[in-house]
Amino acid sequence: MKLDARIPDGPIDTKWERHCFELKLINPANKRKFRVIVVGTGLAGASAAASLAELGYQVDAFCFQDSPRRAHSIAAQGGINAAKNYQGDGDSIYRLFYDTVKGGDFRAREANVYRLAQVSVNIIDQCVAQGVPFAREYGGYLDNRSFGGAQVSRTFYARGQTGQQLLLGAYQALARQVGNKKVRMHRRCEMLDLVLVDGHAKGIITRDLITGEISRHAADAVILATGGYGNAFFLSTNAKGCNVTAAYRAYKKGAAFANPCYTQIHPTCIPVAGDHQSKLTLMSESLRNDGRIWVPKQKGDRRAAGDIPAQDRDYYLERKYPSFGNLAPRDIASRAAKEVCDEGRGVGPRGLGVYLDFAESIQRLGSHVIEERYGNLFEMYNRITGEDPYASPMRIFPAVHYTMGGLWVDYNLMSNLPGLFVLGEANFSDHGANRLGASALMQGLADGYFVVPYTIGHYLAGQRPAAVSTEHAEFARAEEETRQRISTFLSLKGSRTADSFHRELGAVLWDHCGMSRSASGLKEALRRIPALRQEFWENLRVPGSGADLNQSLEKAGRVADFMEFAELLCHDALTREESCGGHFREEYQTSEGEAQRDDANFTHVSAWEFKGLESPPEEHREPLIFENVPLAVRSYK
Amino acid sequence: MRLKLHVWRQRGPADAGQMVSYDMPDVSPDMSFLEMLDVLNERLTLEGEEPIAFDHDCREGICGACGLVINGIAHGPTRGTTTCQLHMRSFKDGDEIWIEPWRARAFPVIKDLVVDRKSFDRVIESGGFISVNTGSAPEANILSVAKDSADQAFEYAACIGCGACVAACKNASAMLFVGAKVSHLASLPQGRVEAGRRARAMVSAMDAEGFGSCTNQFECEAVCPKDISVRAIAKMNREYLRAGLLESES
Repeated sequence: MKLDARIPDGPIDTKWERHCFELKLINPANKRKFRVIVVGTGLAGASAAASLAELGYQVDAFCFQDSPRRAHSIAAQGGINAAKNYQGDGDSIYRLFYDTVKGGDFRAREANVYRLAQVSVNIIDQCVAQGVPFAREYGGYLDNRSFGGAQVSRTFYARGQTGQQLLLGAYQALARQVGNKKVRMHRRCEMLDLVLVDGHAKGIITRDLITGEISRHAADAVILATGGYGNAFFLSTNAKGCNVTAAYRAYKKGAAFANPCYTQIHPTCIPVAGDHQSKLTLMSESLRNDGRIWVPKQKGDRRAAGDIPAQDRDYYLERKYPSFGNLAPRDIASRAAKEVCDEGRGVGPRGLGVYLDFAESIQRLGSHVIEERYGNLFEMYNRITGEDPYASPMRIFPAVHYTMGGLWVDYNLMSNLPGLFVLGEANFSDHGANRLGASALMQGLADGYFVVPYTIGHYLAGQRPAAVSTEHAEFARAEEETRQRISTFLSLKGSRTADSFHRELGAVLWDHCGMSRSASGLKEALRRIPALRQEFWENLRVPGSGADLNQSLEKAGRVADFMEFAELLCHDALTREESCGGHFREEYQTSEGEAQRDDANFTHVSAWEFKGLESPPEEHREPLIFENVPLAVRSYK
Repeated sequence: MRLKLHVWRQRGPADAGQMVSYDMPDVSPDMSFLEMLDVLNERLTLEGEEPIAFDHDCREGICGACGLVINGIAHGPTRGTTTCQLHMRSFKDGDEIWIEPWRARAFPVIKDLVVDRKSFDRVIESGGFISVNTGSAPEANILSVAKDSADQAFEYAACIGCGACVAACKNASAMLFVGAKVSHLASLPQGRVEAGRRARAMVSAMDAEGFGSCTNQFECEAVCPKDISVRAIAKMNREYLRAGLLESES
């Protein structure tokens, strides 16, 4: 396997413009001869499908949900970053670039991040034109707020529902093209395999989730915009349907999987309430603008929050990181919460929680201001916990939220498999080892609206349109494998459900490959996962048939892939013998307990090649070169 | 607490369907409604029965996938709440709960509690957008939008497309859903250009899908998990009529 990142030469601020000029073009009359498959309809997928159709390509878009509007981008709350510098507070493309590289703990590719910062300004323009109702000042101009990991206000937002509003913008752009018959929309249709012809991605195999029909779809290129793999942990802030299947199937067909160990644990989620818990709910990071995080100074202090006087409280983020305080980046805030809970100072019935307290802001600003800023989040908290956050502090705890790792892509967002493009959370490219708040929405839309529409043409220009049909033997083979797998699931007739296996797998990952990791823990996980997988394939029970809507069967397929993927995740975590961003190895920390990077040995991307389930994956390294932002210890003190 | 559930079971679109009763002996008040169904489904699977099919995804009240009629009310007894955000502390020991799918001609049942809502997508495809291609947008702050207009647009744009408004309406009308989109875009200057054409196209598409008419009962507003006001319907009617008048003048 050869990894060529295809980073253009020259100064960083002109790379993208020159690259766009050098990319081959396809004339408008020829574009309609090419067909592109887009899997996933979140911010990245919907924006790509709509933009490609506008350009004249024929598009087939797929989602497993009943409507493209339900993709999980919809749940993003806080906002979207852009280097508009509307606040005149010293922001610039270069500063957004710098903050993102530093926030990613120097494990992202500089050129990609710079381009992201450049196109961020176009995203806001596009979304406003689509009618996205961003928050505005009384003068009618766009409002901003600040977010973790930045000292400027560059986050655009629509109350606590920014992801929803951006996705509806992209969904409506997509719907317009569906109505124009430029996009064929396949709903409740799940991709189960990727088809390669002569090494190029030329199609997919899908299952219609209502009729059970297995179908072949051929195209000139395939785009995966299928999100992250946070649900490997079972409990996460992801939607229940989020899964790794599309990306993992591509990996098994030869696509390199990069940095799977970079998982983001979000510091502000509602704590687990009981064993029945099916998912975790995020409370937007924006709350940290006005909420102060604390725990009691004394271990085992069981007094109610309101009865604990100021001198007995430890505002530990403000104490440890005075310049960023409660707005310390996510990885740092999460680890700090774990640390105080490990010390026995956690709050709530299980001792796994810290307070996020608004009392002071309510006193300073009035509860109406807090309600205007965060009303829907406070309501959501109240509905889930039965507690009133206006009267007593919220309890929060970190939870798996986002995955920075993903399929390896070059500067054109193409994987090492020609014709396979990967966008949004599904790729690895922009966030390094830690993503800053409000940057996921930015990346998804950057990839879909402003990058892939340019770069995919360069690949297609070298291809003969519609060269491959679904009659090709590779399609037949992939379809047969998919059918076999489904009939195996249905024939096992064991005594455990897919959910019970998934919960157990998630617990193994959370314990050994969660907020902190160690060689011994990871080795333990690597012993337990194959054993659990073996039991899965012997003792799984999937009721019903494959010929109609069968949610247990869908789940079984996704869990089967998580079972294999989890091993890759732990393997990568074990190999990366340093701490960086979301990847914290207990053996590699400073005397103050901060993450200790090893730049001499680990300033590279680890891209893994599948070598069969019985053999360990093979590591390929893409060196990371920092020409603009000098490698430095990331300090938020 | 101990509950008794009566759940609509229907094997497929052609099946007549019926209510089936299940005992739930040990329900925690901290569970969400869907987590209770998860527990039941795990039990049914191990007992060799098919679990109950229901739509759900984000489980935080924003994707719009879930939707059950609970004791006759779309999304259940708590106002401004999706089914997934409903928690069992809203019920008490010994309660009996009736659970049914959305029922409307334009939302045919697929299986058990799962219905087909493609009709909503088709209504949006008919005109629920602003026609702007990627790349052709002007600088965002060139256009100033009054904060009140932006806030009002947001209120309507908060619609999650769940279909509760249709399920609650005796006429299975989709006017709150359609009105919310028409009003969202018509409240903003960038959406005014197509406002009339949009209203007419979406109303025609809505009628073609078999949704009924509005008879001002406001049941839709009462069950809307995002508290969208029926003013959206008035605004849509205004846009629709205005478009008709302008057309007859020209």
